[in-house]
Amino acid sequence: MNPLALVGRIAQLLPVLLGVSVIVFVMMALTPGDPVEIMLSGQQVTPEQVQAMRHDMGLDRPPLERFAVFLGNALTGDFGLSFFHRRPVVDVIAERLPATIELTLAALLIAIAISIPLGVAAAVHKNRLLDRLAAVGSLFGISLPGFWFGIILIILFAVHMQVLPVSGRMDYACEVAPFTRLMTIDSLLRGRPDCLADALSHLILPALTLALPMAAVLTRVQRAAMLEVLRSDYIVFAQAKGISRRRVLWRHALKNALVPTVTVAAIETGSLLGGNMVVETVFGWPGLGRLVVESIFVRNYPLVQAAVLFYAVTYVFLNFFADLLYTMLNPRVRL
Amino acid sequence: MSTALEAPAVAIERIETPTWQSIRRFAADGFSMTAAVVVVLFVLMAALAPWLAPHDPYESDLLRRLQPPAWMEGGEWSYFLGCDALGRDILSRIIYGSRVSITIGVAVVLIATVVGTVLGLAAGYMRGWVDIAISRVIDILLGFPYLIFAIALMAMMGPGLENIILALVYKEWVVPARVVRGEVLAAREMEYVEAARAVGAPRFHIMFREILPNILSPVIVVSTIRMAHVIILEASLSFLGLGVQPPTASWGSMVADGRAFILDAWWVCTFPGIAILLLVLSINVASQGLRDAFDPKFSD
Repeated sequence: MNPLALVGRIAQLLPVLLGVSVIVFVMMALTPGDPVEIMLSGQQVTPEQVQAMRHDMGLDRPPLERFAVFLGNALTGDFGLSFFHRRPVVDVIAERLPATIELTLAALLIAIAISIPLGVAAAVHKNRLLDRLAAVGSLFGISLPGFWFGIILIILFAVHMQVLPVSGRMDYACEVAPFTRLMTIDSLLRGRPDCLADALSHLILPALTLALPMAAVLTRVQRAAMLEVLRSDYIVFAQAKGISRRRVLWRHALKNALVPTVTVAAIETGSLLGGNMVVETVFGWPGLGRLVVESIFVRNYPLVQAAVLFYAVTYVFLNFFADLLYTMLNPRVRL
Repeated sequence: MSTALEAPAVAIERIETPTWQSIRRFAADGFSMTAAVVVVLFVLMAALAPWLAPHDPYESDLLRRLQPPAWMEGGEWSYFLGCDALGRDILSRIIYGSRVSITIGVAVVLIATVVGTVLGLAAGYMRGWVDIAISRVIDILLGFPYLIFAIALMAMMGPGLENIILALVYKEWVVPARVVRGEVLAAREMEYVEAARAVGAPRFHIMFREILPNILSPVIVVSTIRMAHVIILEASLSFLGLGVQPPTASWGSMVADGRAFILDAWWVCTFPGIAILLLVLSINVASQGLRDAFDPKFSD
């Protein structure tokens, strides 16, 4: 790709990122409940002390100035103190982030592992039983309320069959020295197959819950893309040359039919971020999503603010990469 | 004397408008029609809740605490789906809960469609700074994952029915606005619009009387698809405790209430979830049928 176009594209991100931070700032500024009062609740303080604290926190300055400070701090990773933990917000988020990343990656892998073979098979067997089943399956996938499906999985696999744990990320008996802080990878790196199995048993249900709606969308995209490719001249030509059906399908057709799927997968990864909040709450997964939900209820607003901004910025960049990916994989599209 | 001006006596065949053709196509699709009927039944259930519900959804009876459904041991036919932790009839609560889901689904999509259509028309037809301003706002709103945006807004505004509707509308209008803008950009180059401009029709006339009727069907199709999405979002918010507040029965909060009892009373959270699934699934199937009927190029 033309480096100049890339620079232009990155420049286009700036107003969006600025707008996103304005919205996050305004949301939290308008949220009822003075942060100072929340922090001091239950303590004996004089009005002067409250005033002094408001001044220290910069809450008595004009909104525009407060936004500039907020933005400047945000750029340097300073989001203030978490009221609840009495520690910098950034540290608390960083602590919870690996769990969310692990869950998201696992869900992404599951969604891709289901949707690509299924989408290809549905396209090849168009309008036959398998295709119909895949269509019904993806309709269910997009219609399932994640929070409910997660609970049903818990009832089935943890309560009735008792083959999988109800919640959490790892058994306390398993102590693996942290390296990547992704439990599965760390267990593997430290040569602890028992812990790996334990981590996977905790991971499978939440990841599956998170993955299903995405798998449903991706299956449809993959099927449609495959159908289009299979109609194209070069496939007909490859078949006419006598190349085996399997080879035509997996080597010639799939390569091009993957372009839309990869793009949509990148975009949908962003939507997994929202799903995380619900799924992490259901499965007691110690990630960022659950932390945000908990923080709302204890009115720990600096944390909510930082997390929402973090999610939004991640989302903007994911969409940006999806765009880039699409352009790179598909030379017909030019920036 | 006027005979010369009378209409020729040739029988003019009634030509079916494309809309009627689409409706006919939709009606012929048994699968989608069934789904549409299920959606209508849900709407009726919501409207007639006081007459349909066998019990008061808010009346608790601690003797019936976690009473199982009728077909299980200890169940009673008059409490068909069993009772929750406060001994309230689950079936009645599900029937009343449909009111929350459907009210919010319809209200959000309706408001968002109206707002989005107007802004999309303005952006697509007027272009210039109007387009730039609206498109920028859309880009920024698209920068937020939907549920996170709604959660942050609910944290700010506090729970309640009106607030959920507002929180969802703030982002939802983007969807119809983008669809409409795209359609208008294509339509404004068409001959009928050019003709209207040539005869000096005012701008608003062209936007609302000429273009709007011609782009309405994709907007309607998208809106019905979005309804399913909005209903799941509302249920998710209520599940997290940020939506409709107790004691109001909403499907999402009913599932949340049941979570504590999954060890010995699976029915408390299972049935409200089935209601959500059934309604959302029916809306999705029906709207897919609608899309195929109105825009056959999609069906493959």
